[in-house]
Amino acid sequence: MSEEKEPVEVLRTPVELDYTYSAGVSASRFLRAVEQGKLLGQRCPVDGRVYFPSRGSCPQHGVPIEGEPVELSDRGTIVTFSVNRVPSENIDLELPYAAIQVLLDGADTTLFHVLGECSIDDVRMGMRVEAVWRPRDEWTISMQNIRYFKPSGEPDAPFESYQEHI
Amino acid sequence: MSEVEDSLSAPHRLAYTYKRSLGPVLGQFFTGLRDGRILGVRRADGTVMVPPKEYDPDTGEAIDEMVELADTGEVVSWAWVHEPRPSQPLDQAFAYALIRLDGADTPLLHAVDAGDESSMQTGMRVRARWSDEPVGAITDIACFEPVA
Repeated sequence: MSEEKEPVEVLRTPVELDYTYSAGVSASRFLRAVEQGKLLGQRCPVDGRVYFPSRGSCPQHGVPIEGEPVELSDRGTIVTFSVNRVPSENIDLELPYAAIQVLLDGADTTLFHVLGECSIDDVRMGMRVEAVWRPRDEWTISMQNIRYFKPSGEPDAPFESYQEHI
Repeated sequence: MSEVEDSLSAPHRLAYTYKRSLGPVLGQFFTGLRDGRILGVRRADGTVMVPPKEYDPDTGEAIDEMVELADTGEVVSWAWVHEPRPSQPLDQAFAYALIRLDGADTPLLHAVDAGDESSMQTGMRVRARWSDEPVGAITDIACFEPVA
């Protein structure tokens, strides 16, 4: 077996960290709503900003966020993006594609997602997008229920409408 | 249902699949392990380091004179592991030990399968137990075991 006599030149040194991730009350409510195809944010009681995904406290004012969640649209505006040319095993889009920060209509914080059905030559700040959901019978308790966002065809949002959120 | 019980939870594995290039000196060390030999490197002052390094830690000069060592040695220091974790070298309780191999001047960190903590002693003699399926890794030495 000549192969066995080859010198050893490379060593595999994997690092594996096993966690049990607890979502907490607020994110659990958010995820259970995603399972039903709903996107929930929550409103800060001090300045009324809507956080998405919903969270238990406002990081700016340090107060609990209680009360009814706010249901958001699955449409929004790209506030920034970057082009990804490296494959990732949990994203099934063809390379290259754009990773985008989306400001959903009604939200004051952005969501990280990916853009499909759009050439990277066309993606731009202010572009209007809408969620493309997976088939209903594939939905789980996961944001993966939205496969990607795609251009909605609406006119671009004016810069002033999202400049606070870049 | 309390709020805590109402929280979702899920397993989450964060894994980094690192590979590293070994270079000429550590390459020989791991090739040696695969072939059932333990290699150290001789420094300018004549002492022998194992695992070997490419450069003398005191002078910084390149060193590459490999020296074959015995697979027996002496426990310099040790700590007992009562409940091994899944990634550790043995399934049953064992000792992590610094072992100075015969012919070496620096100790090597490895596991000692001593059965019971009361069997461990600084200065005790140990011998390598080799893996049946060597791959060119430190685990080609399955562990060390006490020499009667």
